[in-house]
Amino acid sequence: MSGLVIPSIHYLAILPILIFFGASLLLLVVSALVDTKVTTLLATAITALTGVATIVVAILQWSYVANHGASTTVAHAVVLDGFAVVGTVAIAASVVLSSFVAYDWARRERVAGADFHILALASATGALLMVSANDLIVIFLGLEILSIGLYVLVGFDRHRTTSAEASLKYFLLGGFASAIFIYGAALVYGATGSTNLGSIAYFLSNNLVLHPGLLYAGGALLLIGFAFKVAAVPFHLWSPDVYEGAPTPVTGVMASIVKVGAFLALLRVLISALGTQLDTWRPILFVLIALTCVVGAVVALVQRNVKRLLAYSSINQAGFILLGVWSGSARGVAATLFFVLTYAPVVIATFAVVTLMGGRGDELHSIDHYRGLARRQPWLGGALTVLLLSQLGARLTVGFYAKCTVLAAAIDSGGGALALVAILSAAVAAYFYLRWAMWLYADDDVEATRVVVPPMTGVVIGVGVVVAILFGLWPGPLVTWCQHAPLLFLP
Amino acid sequence: MHSSIYLTVLIVVPLFGALVAALKGRTPGLSYAVGVGTASVELVLSLVVALLYNPHVKGAGTWDFMSRHVLSAPLGLAYDVALDGISLLMVVLTALVLFLALLGARDRRHEPAFVAWLLLLTGFTMASFLSHDVLEFFIFFELTLVPSYFLISGWGGAQRSRAALKFFIYTFTGSAFLFIGILYLGFMNQHQTEGALSFSYSVLDHTAMSHGTAVWLFLAFAIAFAVKSPIFPFHTWSPVTYAEAPTAGSIELSALLAKLGTYGLLRFAVGLFPLALPTLRPLLLTLAVISILYGSLVACATPDLKRLVAYSSLAQMGFITLGIVTGSKIAMVGAVLLMFNHGVITAGFFLIVGFLEKRRGSYQIKDMTGLQGPAPVFAAIFTVVMMASIGLPGLSGFVSEYLILIGTFGTHAWWGAAATLGVVAAAAYLLWAYQRVFHGEAKGPNAEITDATPKERWVLVPVVVLIVALGVFPHPVLDRITPSVTQLIHHVAPAGVNK
Repeated sequence: MSGLVIPSIHYLAILPILIFFGASLLLLVVSALVDTKVTTLLATAITALTGVATIVVAILQWSYVANHGASTTVAHAVVLDGFAVVGTVAIAASVVLSSFVAYDWARRERVAGADFHILALASATGALLMVSANDLIVIFLGLEILSIGLYVLVGFDRHRTTSAEASLKYFLLGGFASAIFIYGAALVYGATGSTNLGSIAYFLSNNLVLHPGLLYAGGALLLIGFAFKVAAVPFHLWSPDVYEGAPTPVTGVMASIVKVGAFLALLRVLISALGTQLDTWRPILFVLIALTCVVGAVVALVQRNVKRLLAYSSINQAGFILLGVWSGSARGVAATLFFVLTYAPVVIATFAVVTLMGGRGDELHSIDHYRGLARRQPWLGGALTVLLLSQLGARLTVGFYAKCTVLAAAIDSGGGALALVAILSAAVAAYFYLRWAMWLYADDDVEATRVVVPPMTGVVIGVGVVVAILFGLWPGPLVTWCQHAPLLFLP
Repeated sequence: MHSSIYLTVLIVVPLFGALVAALKGRTPGLSYAVGVGTASVELVLSLVVALLYNPHVKGAGTWDFMSRHVLSAPLGLAYDVALDGISLLMVVLTALVLFLALLGARDRRHEPAFVAWLLLLTGFTMASFLSHDVLEFFIFFELTLVPSYFLISGWGGAQRSRAALKFFIYTFTGSAFLFIGILYLGFMNQHQTEGALSFSYSVLDHTAMSHGTAVWLFLAFAIAFAVKSPIFPFHTWSPVTYAEAPTAGSIELSALLAKLGTYGLLRFAVGLFPLALPTLRPLLLTLAVISILYGSLVACATPDLKRLVAYSSLAQMGFITLGIVTGSKIAMVGAVLLMFNHGVITAGFFLIVGFLEKRRGSYQIKDMTGLQGPAPVFAAIFTVVMMASIGLPGLSGFVSEYLILIGTFGTHAWWGAAATLGVVAAAAYLLWAYQRVFHGEAKGPNAEITDATPKERWVLVPVVVLIVALGVFPHPVLDRITPSVTQLIHHVAPAGVNK
């Protein structure tokens, strides 16, 4: 008797994905039923609950993984391992923080409804799928789910033409990247006979690929697809425009959730599936990293718009995260996890400040607008200073340990030269972070209005600062956790 | 061995003081009182540690007050403090300089923040000198950047923003090399021992390495320290930064932070990579001598009194580097002593220059003439400080420079001869500056300036006392330095360091 055989499903593994997707659908229905005045608040509450529930599930998942080891389910298409759990936590936390910022933003901009939250939850579902995917097709699915929500979110601010322009740009280039990715997946399938990461690895370790051209081409296309998504140079050109055009809370989502999903999926593809080809993809990544670090830091120097500046800054940071990927070791995996886990709240909080400063209409993003902010509002200015210092990698902030771990991983794998390039780019980057921080403390009596900090955004900024300082003073437990995660990584 | 609690208190007191000063900012004057109180406690404590220090603890070399707590094993992060004769001197200097900077260069604009940054800077510097773990040292070494950056950019002269940024970027770039070097060394050691990742100084100095590796690592370390010191050709940030910084900032930078550079060179570059020294010695000696001569020449030409002191600092840092790299024990003792003496002397210089600027509103030498008449006390103290800097026998500068030059002549006579020219040049530019500023007839605003107030005199008293005391009777200090330097030389010696 043939027919469709339903593979066995371990629901704990896909529970976060189900929760997120369910919450998104639930909100869709609820927002149609209740009064629009309360929808945004309700949507934020539901998103927060979803995030908290997911983190609770992640804790259960962790204890399961710690006891039973890593496993696959749904016909080996989805993995439950420590690596996925860390990614899930990072994404869930990012979604909650972003939704808080979006709530205050929506009130200010008089955007009623739950659309932002529905789309953010849907996008995050894609990101969750990406971090636990064990199959190129599933990664592609995750990538598409992640992207489609974001295309809409970027164009969300209908009052501004730049928003629509950014959306179109993101859509076209994103679609292009997806096409390249899926073509790469097809070529890899052609070369190895499978799209499953485990099977690809098994095939490559047991067979000698006589004509590796197909495999190399496929791998390169996959890499390019990811490079588009994480905005690695030279595939970064869309990112400043989109960061600038998108509503600022959405920019925060892009800089956190998208990065977590894409980096972790990239890491899994390169290490799980193509681990045997380390010597082939490393040189390519080497060039990408060197370019990403240097271009990101140098071009940021001339930016006057803080959103563009942060776009280039996040390109520079992407170079650092890729450094952890490049090392291809357990240490590198742990470093990448630690980096994305701590970078996400910091960058969301930074964009929360930028959202506040943008003012009604989300237009005031010139760096001049920040003159004397810390003199007028010491707490807000001080918080932004800490967030910037953390991204700079100043000691006693978590950014230092994030950079420290990836650099250590790279050096341990023999990448001293690459690490040097990266850290010198950080020295260049220090210039624009500091210049911005200096503007905050400029002694100026411009008659700028004080910015009101709404409570929810205040919480997000507070969380970012606490993460930056707390784990900067006491990184031990988090580092240890991230070191354990790759031990529970599916080989 | 004494308990490490003393050292922990030395680090914590200024940090705590900074917190209190920042929080108690609303009451006028209170933050300043907190600052002075903290500085006094710190000074007394550092003297107590200096008296207690025992250079002959069994099994610990010349280290005392040692203790190590691992904070994060995967990162190799640890809190590890210890004190030996070399760091002891730096600890006393740190406490003393804070005291002088607070009392002598009070700045009433945004005073709570000013005091807090100054205390933070002291805490971080103190922690760097006390670190017995290379990674820990690096973290605190880098942390000193943040308060100094804010001190310069907040309270400096007209070009302060540019100066602060230049200072930050230069030092940050320099330490990039140091950071990579430290991580590389740590992993190399871990692969050899196959144990846990550790950056402890006493673990890392047993790392086996090839000659080539040692040279590269030495260079990586030396670049960071040369930028911080500064040593030619990495000095270009220093004159503008010293000149633009507020007086307290200039004092901290040149008396203290510069010593972090030479201290790092001595302790970490020379101490950890002795193999590289024979190869790199000609280069380092050359750079040191160039620093001496170049600093002296530019000091002759500069029209700005504060910049003159900055360039004379460059020359003095050249002397210290010379003493460190020659490999002679006498010269190395002299270098350590000069680190301390130069700290005191340059603090005295910057204080007097700051006092004069407050009266004349300018650092330009041409704006000051004949100040000897209206301000004889300033003239007298400037003379003492200047003579110490030139190296007049009987004053502190003489002892250290003499030791360095004797040691250098014993091993590298030609370099010693070239460096001696620097002593002559120092006499030239300082005496010439003195002549232009203090001699002649005071006219106009110059005639109307007031002499040192009682408070200013009291601030300068410890400077003069130390200059004279260490010139006449340096033995208590030398006795504390020598065992540690001897030990370092013994560690370095098998790698072909002569004498």
